[in-house]
Amino acid sequence: MPPTLIAEQLLNGLQLGLMLFLLAAGLTLVFGIMDMINLAHGSLYMVGAYLAAAVTEASGSFLLGIAGAIVGTALVGVALEVALLRRLYRRSHLSQVLATFAVILIANEIVRMIWGSQPILLNMPAALSGPLEVGGFRYPAYRLVVIGAGLAIALLLYLLVTRSRAGMWVRAGASDREMAEVMGVDTRTLFTLVFAIGAALCAVAGALLGPLLAVQVGMGENILILAFVVITIGGIGSIRGALVGALLVGLIDTAGRAFLPFLFRQMFPAVVAAEAGPAVASMLIYMLMAAVLFFRPTGLFPARG
Amino acid sequence: MRDTLRIPLEPWPTLAVVAGLALLPAVALAVGQPFYVVFATRVLIYALIATSLNLLIGYVGLVSFGHAAFVGAGAYTVAVLMMAGVGSAWLLWPAAIVVAALLALPIGAISLRTRGVYFIMITLAFAQMVYYLVVSLRVLGSDDGLTLGARPSLGVVALDRDTSFYYVALAILLAALLGMRALLNAPFGRALQGIRDNEIRMEAIGFPTYRLKLLAFVIAGAAAGLGGGLLASLNGLVGPNLLHWPESGVLMIMVILGGTGRLLGGVLGAAALLIAQEALAGQTIHWPLAIGVVLLAVVLFAPRGLSGLIRRGSAGP
Repeated sequence: MPPTLIAEQLLNGLQLGLMLFLLAAGLTLVFGIMDMINLAHGSLYMVGAYLAAAVTEASGSFLLGIAGAIVGTALVGVALEVALLRRLYRRSHLSQVLATFAVILIANEIVRMIWGSQPILLNMPAALSGPLEVGGFRYPAYRLVVIGAGLAIALLLYLLVTRSRAGMWVRAGASDREMAEVMGVDTRTLFTLVFAIGAALCAVAGALLGPLLAVQVGMGENILILAFVVITIGGIGSIRGALVGALLVGLIDTAGRAFLPFLFRQMFPAVVAAEAGPAVASMLIYMLMAAVLFFRPTGLFPARG
Repeated sequence: MRDTLRIPLEPWPTLAVVAGLALLPAVALAVGQPFYVVFATRVLIYALIATSLNLLIGYVGLVSFGHAAFVGAGAYTVAVLMMAGVGSAWLLWPAAIVVAALLALPIGAISLRTRGVYFIMITLAFAQMVYYLVVSLRVLGSDDGLTLGARPSLGVVALDRDTSFYYVALAILLAALLGMRALLNAPFGRALQGIRDNEIRMEAIGFPTYRLKLLAFVIAGAAAGLGGGLLASLNGLVGPNLLHWPESGVLMIMVILGGTGRLLGGVLGAAALLIAQEALAGQTIHWPLAIGVVLLAVVLFAPRGLSGLIRRGSAGP
């Protein structure tokens, strides 16, 4: 196997991992601080992608599209939090599951009413559509930009949560909400703020992945499951866990799909390899999650002691 | 002394409902809508499956997000055996139960090491593994699934007739509900509810909580397997969608909608969701929107689900 192919797949894995981190970060904070299972997180990702496509189409600028998606999705997120989710914080996890599942159904249908059932197009900027060549190694320029943006945002978020005062409140809320309230943290405003940031991160992921994947109704559900896998592996409520989990899932999933079929062909007869290769590749991240939970039943970096 | 945990039988309302259900095929034929008999049979089977999940969610506090794996195990068992030439439901359905139970045993044994949300996710993980395994196996039809030639035979009862199949499904559901009531009224069921409410205390008193939970998990898996076997027999086909995570999600929604920890919660939830889908899908292509609004209304205004609405005055958790 040529080293350039391996490098390419590693970069693809890094890119998937960083985008998953953007989704998982909001999810794990909402979950960790508010003890809230928000299945509608994937819907915010979908809304972000659609808004990015709409604004890009209208303005002709991809950057404006991303900005519009961030602002619009954050507003949708705040509206959702204030109108509905706020009422659910003190309810059981099961009520939250039912309510946010209902939000998924409603969001999907509203998007379908506005934009139709067919996938819509979100084109990457023309300047980035070609490959970038470094010493004979070619890699799509747009994917490099996505990786760069993902790294920058991940770093920013990490600093925000671990170094800033607001981040300290967030971490305090995640490890013990009542104690944080007693110490004077205004958790009500904090919740809304965290939710807005989570929604904005969804929008970034949706806008950046839009040109690579299809922008369509239901795009949020499958990636939501992946994001849940990420935060479970990382430990719910932990931003560091979300980062490690996202990179693990991104790299292992991509590498598995790229290399396992090849590896199996070397080890097993062709008939077995043709069936087992893709199957095991799809199962890898779930095997990883089951294995992590087997040895560490609360994930790699549990936020609560 | 008042026995708060005991589930009463209430013979008269029960008999009235059963009589109504028994008359349903005759009514459907009388109004010239025989299609509804098959639909009603599907509702009964989903009621069985949702009830099995309610045993875990509502009475043990185990939120399993992988119940579709056991439904699928039962369905594929029936399909594979029928393709191998086995035609008797007396063999097929018990086989579906056994295979689902054998699958539930190791999955439960490992998953029960975790708690809460982590339990939700690890059951999902195992169900997804089973899903990808089935999709990859060409003998199981990969993405296309398997098509069964005919319905199985059940001695003198001709399952080919939709009405007969309906009555068989109704009898199985009633037997399952009576069995679950007996189980919950027995010491085993009380221990399960004790675990749901305070596991550490149950452990301290000396109950083998892990083994009790595992037994409940296997029983629920086996019942879901029977449901899957019935579905395969009814529809004449099985597909991998039966095992995929949205199916597990829908089963969970049925239970929460109907009311967790109520004997009839699974039945009500399955019936309400399927009937609402059937009724709305004919009216508008945007029917999920209406379902979403109804579900939201249930969460906000009926915190105990539909069964909480019906029996507001009764005692219970």
